[in-house]
Amino acid sequence: MNVLQLVWLVPFFPLVGFLINGLLRKQLSKPLISIIGSGMVLASFIVSVLLFTEVKNGNTHVANLFDFISFGQLSIPFAFQIDQLSSLFLLIITGIGFLIHVYSAAYMHEERNEHFGRFFCYLNLFVFSMLLLVLGANYVIMFIGWEGVGLCSYLLIGYWFKNTEYNNAAKKAFIMNRIGDLGFLIAIFWLISKLGTVTYTTPEGTGVFDLYSKLSPVDITGITILLFVGATGKSAQIPLYTWLPDAMAGPTPVSALIHAATMVTAGIYMIARSNILYTLAPTTQSLVAAIGLATALFAATIAIKQNDIKKVLAYSTVSQLGYMFLGLGVGAYTGAVFHVMTHAFFKALLFLGAGSVIHAMHHEQDIRRMGGLAKKLPVTHFTFLMGCIAIAGIFPFSGFFSKDEILAAAYAKDPMYYYLGVAGAVMTAFYMFRLYATTFLGKFRGTEEQKHHLHESPAAMTIPLIVLAILSVVGGFLGTPEVLHMGEHRLEHFLAPVFEASAGLKEAHHLDHNTEYMLMGVAMALAIIAILVALFRYSKKPEVHEPAGFGKVLADKWYIDELYSFVVVKPMNWLAKFLNNIFEKRIVDWLVNGVGRAVNYTSRQVRLLQSGLVGNYVLLMVLSMLALFVVTFFFNKK
Amino acid sequence: MDISQVLFYALSAMALGSAIMVVISRNPVHSVLWLIITFFAISGHYILLNAQFLGIVNLIVYAGAIMVLFLFVIMLMNLNAETEPQKNKWLKLAGVVAGGCLLLVLVAALKQAEVKGKVAMLGTGDIGLIKNLGHALFTDYVVPFELSSILFLSAMVGAVVIGKK
Amino acid sequence: MLIERYIYLAIALFCIGIVGVLARRNAIIIFMCIELMLNAVNLLLVAFSKMHHAAGVGKAAAAGIDGQLFVFFIMVVAAAEVSVGLAIIVMMYRNTHSVDVNFLNRLKH
Repeated sequence: MNVLQLVWLVPFFPLVGFLINGLLRKQLSKPLISIIGSGMVLASFIVSVLLFTEVKNGNTHVANLFDFISFGQLSIPFAFQIDQLSSLFLLIITGIGFLIHVYSAAYMHEERNEHFGRFFCYLNLFVFSMLLLVLGANYVIMFIGWEGVGLCSYLLIGYWFKNTEYNNAAKKAFIMNRIGDLGFLIAIFWLISKLGTVTYTTPEGTGVFDLYSKLSPVDITGITILLFVGATGKSAQIPLYTWLPDAMAGPTPVSALIHAATMVTAGIYMIARSNILYTLAPTTQSLVAAIGLATALFAATIAIKQNDIKKVLAYSTVSQLGYMFLGLGVGAYTGAVFHVMTHAFFKALLFLGAGSVIHAMHHEQDIRRMGGLAKKLPVTHFTFLMGCIAIAGIFPFSGFFSKDEILAAAYAKDPMYYYLGVAGAVMTAFYMFRLYATTFLGKFRGTEEQKHHLHESPAAMTIPLIVLAILSVVGGFLGTPEVLHMGEHRLEHFLAPVFEASAGLKEAHHLDHNTEYMLMGVAMALAIIAILVALFRYSKKPEVHEPAGFGKVLADKWYIDELYSFVVVKPMNWLAKFLNNIFEKRIVDWLVNGVGRAVNYTSRQVRLLQSGLVGNYVLLMVLSMLALFVVTFFFNKK
Repeated sequence: MDISQVLFYALSAMALGSAIMVVISRNPVHSVLWLIITFFAISGHYILLNAQFLGIVNLIVYAGAIMVLFLFVIMLMNLNAETEPQKNKWLKLAGVVAGGCLLLVLVAALKQAEVKGKVAMLGTGDIGLIKNLGHALFTDYVVPFELSSILFLSAMVGAVVIGKK
Repeated sequence: MLIERYIYLAIALFCIGIVGVLARRNAIIIFMCIELMLNAVNLLLVAFSKMHHAAGVGKAAAAGIDGQLFVFFIMVVAAAEVSVGLAIIVMMYRNTHSVDVNFLNRLKH
């Protein structure tokens, strides 16, 4: 039997885990819940590995499970597509998902039984939805997963639902995602109306990617922009990025899994999946690149002045996602997917490391009250450092290769993209090492009580850290650039079938080797300088007082939240108040009551017609007949 | 203008005039007598159309039986012009105007109808003869014909029951 | 004879009947006016019957005979109706000592 037909098992296991943990969370004990929750994801991971080996041999498969929607000419099957791109995402989701499940079992151990069960059931549901998103063989299935991960994100951000601030953060995430989802949905409808199908591709050549020549340039640009609007919501790009930093209200493993490694990369997955449409829409590509670059720079500036350990990482995630969109925008689809993968490794690592720190500090997240943790938390410290080097893009850590690939493609497209991208990379190195130095170096600045309780985290938390650290270090060797003569670019080779069609459509930019060496050298030298400056400045004398001047603008996130509140929320509230107090009372009530009064009044008058006199009745009858005759004879023009 | 046309106009004038008199006579007995004259005129029309059977039946049933019944009831109640209270003048006017409007509408509708130039046979055609009508009545229409006897029976019973109270 | 003339005559008779029903209060006169309207319709039916017969000669021997049979049945029904109707009017006279329809305003209640 073909292994690829087992693809339904991949999302099936987490679904089972979700049902068991969701329904029996009060009966099961905590160890059992964590074994079920993690075990199901591990089972998915094993199936994914089997599928991956099969795909690596060049086999792809579309599994039609059942007809989902079928009417008229439109037929949307519930189908899973297993190919190079989806199998790679399967590995990332289930692999990192499994590590984070194991980590959560230790991190969440203080929770009460049913809340512990609730956490794992949400996590499993999330993994299920995310798998649906990447496995779906058409945009509708992707949309189901898309909405599912949005729901899980909402549930998990608001996991500690007794805290109003957390609930508001959850609502913010949900609503901002809805704005993007609307764009996605309209794009799907547009596709259905133009092509009558939403399936990606079929052997008979009736899928969206086979029929793209039927779409006019306006259609393609419109559809791709709408899809990109969906991606900006889910992947936290300008202008819909403000939910992601607030989403740090959720438990740290959630931030690691959903808001760093997997869900926020759904937008990149979608665009990589639709790469052919984007290749045909240069306008949209420029827009994607511009938005990605702007987000990368903008979020990096904010991250420099944040003092909450998770907020720094959140803005760093926004910034890195910006890089991925830059990669997509300049046509470096492989680079973007590569960066998704390496970013999943080191950002999950950093978040889990931050979680370990927070755990040790008894839920203290402000880095100004940390410092000198290197000695107390050796494993966390070391793995966190690996993550920092990886994200800063230092050779030969994984971040170097993926970022370099994107920047090289950007330079080939337009050198300006490259200069700005390098500026972002320098800032990334700077704020990451500011975070590292303030947290782990220098003297401890917390309370005596915290100092007394400082301890390294249990093995269930450190083992995932170590695994992720190894991946962060060596993960880059999957995609070494040609110039370094370190073997072929394995990832590019692997993903080639997915991006084949676009590769044929765009003109290839080839940089000569000297330029590439120079680009790498410049980026890395600047990053190393930034690292040294940050280490030198913050290890001895961290900034503990409130920032002033321009620093305050950055610390307050450019006042974007306030701007949104002023431009969108306040007018909405005002409008709602107007509608509630004026429109509702004066107009709607008046209308409704008026209808009642009018009926009352007319019936009082009409009542007089019932005189009881036969003569009057006959007269009315004759007049009505007269009216009927007039209507039938004179107004009945055929 | 041949004889049948003369007869048509004469009978029509007679029917209309006596019908108007039915409505405007104060005395109910006069109304009944005018109505009998109307029925005679209509019977004349039937005979003109060579519907002899219906013409005779109209005379016997309407002018003979029904109108006698009316007269009988009026005599029984001893009604005369003075006993009938007059209706409100405006309501009367409204009735006349409504009837006139109906007349106008129907006539105007007829102007658009597609009957222009069609002719009804006068004096010829034998479908109105007893032989042909009887044949149709006892073959195609035998069931309604028999049912009408039940109708008469129930009408008779109804009249007796109402009159007994 | 042109069929329109019969139609005009029937309409005129019918409308006179309507005016009588609307303008008079005496129940017996109203009843007589209803009979007048019935007769107007009967006349029209016979005229149409002959018209169809004229159009159908040669195709069917009995074309248009249905119209005359309808008139026959209308007479049957009218006779039954008159017997019951007059019985009701007699009843009404017994109860109210009047045949004025305006006394019959119980329909209001």
